[in-house]
Amino acid sequence: MIRIDSVTKRYPDGTVAVDRLSLEIPDRSITVLVGPSGCGKTTTLRMINRMIEPSEGTILIDGVDIQKQPVNTLRRGMGYVIQNAGLFQHRTIVDNIATVPRLLGWSKDRARGRARELMTRVGLDASLASRYPYQLSGGQQQRVGVARALAADPPVLLMDEPFSAVDPIVRKGLQEELLRIQEELGKTIVFVTHDIDEAIRLGTMVAVMRTGGHLAQYAPPAELLSSPADAFVEDFLGADRGIRRLSFFTSAGLELTTAPVVALDTTARQLAAREAEIAEVAAPHLLVTDLDGKPLGWCAPEDFPGAEPGRLLSFGRPFEFGKDSLRAALDCAVLSPTGWAVAVDAEGRAVGVASQETIGEAIRAAHAERRKADVAG
Amino acid sequence: MNGFFDIPSDLQHSWLGLIGLHLREALIPVAVGLLLALPIGQLCVRVRWLYPPVLWVTTILYAVPSLAFFVVLIDYTGQSETTVMIPLAVYSLVVLVPAIVDGVRSVPQETLAAATAMGLGPVRRYLQVQLPIAVPALIAGLRVATVSSISLVSVGTLIGNQGALGNLLADAMFYHRPVLAVNSVVTTAVLAIVIDALLVLLRKVLTPWAPPASGGSRSAGRGGRRTPGRAAKQRSVVRPRPAALAVQDTAPVKDTAR
Ligand SMILES: Nc1ncnc2c1ncn2[C@@H]1O[C@H](COP(=O)(O)OP(=O)(O)OP(=O)(O)O)[C@@H](O)[C@H]1O
Ligand SMILES: [Mg+2]
Repeated sequence: MIRIDSVTKRYPDGTVAVDRLSLEIPDRSITVLVGPSGCGKTTTLRMINRMIEPSEGTILIDGVDIQKQPVNTLRRGMGYVIQNAGLFQHRTIVDNIATVPRLLGWSKDRARGRARELMTRVGLDASLASRYPYQLSGGQQQRVGVARALAADPPVLLMDEPFSAVDPIVRKGLQEELLRIQEELGKTIVFVTHDIDEAIRLGTMVAVMRTGGHLAQYAPPAELLSSPADAFVEDFLGADRGIRRLSFFTSAGLELTTAPVVALDTTARQLAAREAEIAEVAAPHLLVTDLDGKPLGWCAPEDFPGAEPGRLLSFGRPFEFGKDSLRAALDCAVLSPTGWAVAVDAEGRAVGVASQETIGEAIRAAHAERRKADVAG
Repeated sequence: MNGFFDIPSDLQHSWLGLIGLHLREALIPVAVGLLLALPIGQLCVRVRWLYPPVLWVTTILYAVPSLAFFVVLIDYTGQSETTVMIPLAVYSLVVLVPAIVDGVRSVPQETLAAATAMGLGPVRRYLQVQLPIAVPALIAGLRVATVSSISLVSVGTLIGNQGALGNLLADAMFYHRPVLAVNSVVTTAVLAIVIDALLVLLRKVLTPWAPPASGGSRSAGRGGRRTPGRAAKQRSVVRPRPAALAVQDTAPVKDTAR
């Protein structure tokens, strides 16, 4: 555990970048420092590897003051990833990644072997090993940056806006990769960003900082969204925090109906037998599936049977029942031309449909549940 | 005895001998200049306020005519090659110091921060990161310094035939053999071109990591390209200092525009 204990940083010109900050960063999880530009995130991060020395307060790792060990030893035990990767332009990719193992005295072959192993881990093709940084895309460079930080298998990873210079699609890929790596390797990651979405997506814990280096709130993302500590945090979370919060509610409790779901080979007689059932859920359309049960599209009841699969109304994007969140379910319903969301299983077979009203009920139920849990806890 | 390659015996050297002498008198000062410029440059990078005064001094020294140096030095080092080479070494500083300073400063902040964060101490950082990345700038500086030095050696003829190929100029007048002057000028120019080409080659060998230049062989002193969006951050690597006056043509002036 990294313990930041009432740390203050005053720069020589008098700027107080961090003001009596206390933070307990749990092991094997991602802790995100988020806040507006200039609020002291980088300063805080750099105090952890002593690139900046605090003016007051102490930082302890597993109970040991970081001042107590040689600075370069401390740093070699911590990976550090920054915006634009900061790769050594004069070294090949594999040698960039091998930097810290080499510093630790590994043989060249062993260090390079390790570097190649890491390239695979961060999703880089082995053929890039002997290239130079200028021959890589921004996203690939960023992956190299992550691999380089992981090279000596340090327990701690410090990341300062590592993904902010790449486009949103690449960023999403890198974020997913980071979550996967974190799951596999169980690193203690301190991650700085000014993007609240990124913070909520990645963070196990999120520390919201405000200008002047004050800690505004330190909480898991779901709690941040449900009960922001003050107006600043609420404002920082943005206008759609209610919707975003739904990301933390599973769709598993949603009451689906299979009444309007019909296979392509359903006969008029079979359909007639289900008429009452269909009327009861008041579905405006039938969801037609192929013989495997995979959804094909929506169809007005009077046009079925006999509807051509190519002329059905598009069902938009389905959500995976139980795995995707209520936010995804609501999004499907809102985007669906019929106002109903299509739920599928992991194989993509339709397991039922849900109306916006049903989803609304599930949201209310989930909120009530959460409140009860909060009161109890 | 009137041929292009017939060198008057008072010079005590064959044509090839003169070339060897010329190269020695031109290159040793640049090498010495480089050895001086490395620590001076590093000092200027570390102690920022030192850089402007150091630049003034090198520029002022550059403005001192070689003849003035000779007058002073001759009492100590006599009519020797050394007397010719000392001013040349001093002159080379005017290009080499800024080349090193700008080269080292062209290392992106992120790269330095990453190096520090990985636990590279100041010495390792300098030798393993800053210096290698400064190589293109350094070689650009060396190109200007060398070519300038090659052209300036000829002045040595003023202190008793210490000007190598330049001595042919004096002899051309003395013996009324203009062809010797032509020989002097052409040979010096060819030497300059060859050495310059060798330095370009050296840069190519030392910096396989630099992206291929779009501007052809002239784009000597380029720091490595960084990620595309940040091209604007690039600074000029070598500022063409006064030394460029003799050799405008080979100076990497073009690069500053990039
Ligand atoms: N070396 C320095 N000297 C003086 N003030 C500094 C120095 N470095 C940073 N500051 C100031 O300290 C404050 C915090 O800076 P810091 O870099 O930690 O911000 P940040 O949260 O990382 O911002 P950003 O999101 O823009 O990167 C800012 O007001 C900044 O101007
Ligand atoms: Mg910052």
